Amino acid sequence: MQFWGYKRNEGRAGIRNHVLILPTCVCGSETARIVASQVRGAVNIVFNTGCSDVQANTDMSQKVLTGFACNPNVYGVVIIGLGCETVGHKPLREKIQAMTSKPVVSFGIQEEGGTLRTIEKAVRAARDMAAEAGRQQKELCDISELLMGIECGGSDATSGIASNPAVGELSDLLVDLGASTMMSESIEWIGGEHVLAKRAATPEIHNQIIQVCKDYEEHLKAAGQDCRAGQPTPGNKAGGLSTLDEKSLGCIRKGGTRPIVEVLEQAARPTKTGAVVMDTAGFDISSITSMVAGGCNAVIFTTGRGTPTGNAIVPVLKVTANAKTFMMMEDNMDVDLSAIVQGTKTYKEMGRELLDVIHDVCNGKLTKAEAYGFSDIAVDHVCRFV
Amino acid sequence: MNINALLIDDTDNVVTCVTEVPAGSEVVYRKGDEVLSLKAEEDIPYCHKIALNDLAKGDEVIKYGEMIGRTLEPIAKGFRVWDRNIYSVPRDYASEMI
Repeated sequence: MQFWGYKRNEGRAGIRNHVLILPTCVCGSETARIVASQVRGAVNIVFNTGCSDVQANTDMSQKVLTGFACNPNVYGVVIIGLGCETVGHKPLREKIQAMTSKPVVSFGIQEEGGTLRTIEKAVRAARDMAAEAGRQQKELCDISELLMGIECGGSDATSGIASNPAVGELSDLLVDLGASTMMSESIEWIGGEHVLAKRAATPEIHNQIIQVCKDYEEHLKAAGQDCRAGQPTPGNKAGGLSTLDEKSLGCIRKGGTRPIVEVLEQAARPTKTGAVVMDTAGFDISSITSMVAGGCNAVIFTTGRGTPTGNAIVPVLKVTANAKTFMMMEDNMDVDLSAIVQGTKTYKEMGRELLDVIHDVCNGKLTKAEAYGFSDIAVDHVCRFV
Repeated sequence: MNINALLIDDTDNVVTCVTEVPAGSEVVYRKGDEVLSLKAEEDIPYCHKIALNDLAKGDEVIKYGEMIGRTLEPIAKGFRVWDRNIYSVPRDYASEMI
């Protein structure tokens, strides 16, 4: 299977060709938004930190910002800094330039003399970059260039029995075709981690999966949170989930059944091809943020109750097996999987149909959130602000 | 007959009803190319599970081809399988390492 994408000098091909307006810190976010609004072909992210952070938080933010810049869907980057943030625009630019040969320019609001002067310069730079991006022709790329992130959020009783198995089937089909898929949300593996670990390609990966869950549980315990308390929730039980094992199994089923070839730290780039997993929060927006930073060029998102979320860099394809949700939120839902729940199609049949849909998205079909220009991100934190 | 329950894995001993099923009515599900059915012996709420065969106390409940818990009491074929009659078997991380 092949798709029409944008080849890059390094790494995977893009399925989009965005100019990314990237703030170094919260103080550059508004300026970045205005610059992006002025230039067709540009997207921005709203970054809510970058200052007054402990080192571990800064490290996470830097992994996310550099990962965004290196994402295959990004043609080039215009960085907007302030001047007194933890990592300014010049060092961030140098870091990114050490990782990729794509065009990167940067500006600092204090140096330029305020936001209006910065906007003027940055708009010109973004305009020229977008003009060049427009010249790049799509080329036929093998499906192995696809790294699809797999996410769920706003789950309901249909998620575990219908949409997640269908997406798991899609993941298996993609892996068999030579593509890669990434499942995250390690907190939600807990209870089913022993089953997920059975998919490990090696004993080391098996133990890494268990260790990730153990560490996550201990991390939350240190903050006074017992992640098993009250699980499954009364709402889960009313929806038919009897044990945490059952809840977790429904969740991890979206990652399919193929061998797991790598366990990644949050926002890290895979080095292997096939099914990989990443240690992230269960918070869907944060998890997608980390997977996009890790280089996913598409994301599929299962939901039961419905969600509007989208990402500026990567199309997020939202699917639900809840017929009422699809009907009520059709403007936010991309694919109706309710035929599984109605018994007219199996999850395997719907997984095969999803392959055609994701192929269309790779070829340029916009997801609904993408058409609206949605740009949700949430960078995970390990500690309070300083 | 309309399908009103889903079997996730062929080795499962429960199916999930995708409509409310009143006691006495048929639960119909697909297994590969076959369509199978059983009678619901009690009311089964939307998205709740029903036993495909008689389960003794302590038996494994299998869904997704994996154990989701063990029974707290015998559950006969056609009865509801839920949080009141199954439990999660405690495990610890150390024993899961290989």
